[in-house]
Amino acid sequence: MSFIEKIFTDLSEIHGDRAFGDDPAMYCAMARFDGEEVLVIGNVKGRTTKEKIFRKFGMPDPEGYRKALRAMKLAEKFNRPVFTFIDLMGANPGLGAEERGQAEAIARNLMEMSRLRVPVVAVVTGEGGSGGALALAVADRVLILEKGIYSVISPEACASIMWRDASKRIQAAVALKATAQDIKELGCVDDIVPEPGEGAHENPDEAARILAERLHLHLNELKQLSVEDMLAQRYQKLRSMGQFYTEE
Amino acid sequence: MSWFRREDNNIESASEKSVRTEGLWIKCEACDQVIWRADLEANMMVCPKCGHHFRMGARARIDLLLEPGYELVDLNLKSTDPLQFSDLKRYKDRLAKAQADTGLNDAIVNAIGKLGEHSVVVSAMEYSFIGGSMGAVVGETIARAADRAYESRHPLLIVAASGGARMMEGIVSLMQLAKISAALTRLDEAGIPFISVLTDPTTGGVTASFAMLGDLNIGEPGALIGFAGPRVIEQTIRQKLPEGFQRSEFLLNHGFLDAVVPRKEMKAYLERALSFMAVR
Ligand SMILES: [Zn+2]
Repeated sequence: MSFIEKIFTDLSEIHGDRAFGDDPAMYCAMARFDGEEVLVIGNVKGRTTKEKIFRKFGMPDPEGYRKALRAMKLAEKFNRPVFTFIDLMGANPGLGAEERGQAEAIARNLMEMSRLRVPVVAVVTGEGGSGGALALAVADRVLILEKGIYSVISPEACASIMWRDASKRIQAAVALKATAQDIKELGCVDDIVPEPGEGAHENPDEAARILAERLHLHLNELKQLSVEDMLAQRYQKLRSMGQFYTEE
Repeated sequence: MSWFRREDNNIESASEKSVRTEGLWIKCEACDQVIWRADLEANMMVCPKCGHHFRMGARARIDLLLEPGYELVDLNLKSTDPLQFSDLKRYKDRLAKAQADTGLNDAIVNAIGKLGEHSVVVSAMEYSFIGGSMGAVVGETIARAADRAYESRHPLLIVAASGGARMMEGIVSLMQLAKISAALTRLDEAGIPFISVLTDPTTGGVTASFAMLGDLNIGEPGALIGFAGPRVIEQTIRQKLPEGFQRSEFLLNHGFLDAVVPRKEMKAYLERALSFMAVR
């Protein structure tokens, strides 16, 4: 959330999924990016304990994903680029989330984002956890901060399944190859964004400045393309993602 | 916290189950009735006493749905173990064992053929292969089924049976959700039918991608269908889940399945739907 506040101006929040409610873990807003009208989306973790609980530690419910999609469709209608900011362990696992179709909400976003007729740039700013992160990261460009991780499962959960011991999280993290560098080598993100010093927390303003520069770069490249070319490139990228097999 | 944390014995238990079912007699896990195996098979792996639907392999499923003379396709893909993953066992060894046990290269079988009078492309998942989990091979094979449907303009049917993404392939497995969803979007844009059949169990990233994206989503009775695994939810909310939670009938009641159809009626239902959807 601090990245959004530092990079964009004139933020006007958009609430609600027009079906069930307004998810406090998901933030959507009309914004200006160096004066240009854009839409920003990001999950929100909260800073104080009270706020963290209210924001469910940034883990969205189905209505959060549906709000995000509704906002993206609004951007599409008015031809505004979309930026998404992701820092979450996963989608919220809970009774209500299942009753209201967490799986359907994520699946719907994957489908609709793959054909959204405006540029989409996604950034994993901290942790990109599983399908809950991917539901905001089907994009023309996916960026990850240098110290970020992006994974199919949290190292803790992986350790408790595969080693039957949650304390083996370090081994699990290594085995999962979830660092920004690993993910880039596997071809699953497009760009790694450098962080100042030991990480973005050390100098948030400088981190935001570097990120904003990269966002400009990618957006400008995308704006050179016709909508049809942009969609064709997005399709090709998604269709050829993670090709790790042999054909005998 | 991940939707991936399914019942943690799945990975090993699939092979134990097949050993048990190789006997002549099988005990129904729902009503305890002891059933002669041949009777169960003649009854489409549905308990004659209580109607419990046993799990079914991919090839048996295709046999049930398609007319004789169908062709199995896209069977040659094999995982290259992109992470060189190892936990208590090497992923390579798990793959080799699953391949030996099932006679398949991975947890998926594609087929082309006729369902009644309709030419269709079918992609059926194999739960006994590492819990039906989806890595690069499953993802690519399903995407190829979607490509075949796109090129031939024949309807696509995917029969899901999976614990979700295959964590031994890490981020690569997660990306398969995006890949398949994009391939299905192209079908949707072209007006080509896609029917999703959800069988026991369909959870995690498989539910959160193609299984929920059918023009129709059809469940088998009593199938576990959800995003987060029941154990994860119980640990999160610190209470027992209500009876029937995340079963087909629960999803029907909450509006996420178009129908729950018993196995014996499935083919007739699909034929009916395909007539409705026939590309004109
Ligand atoms: Zn029975």
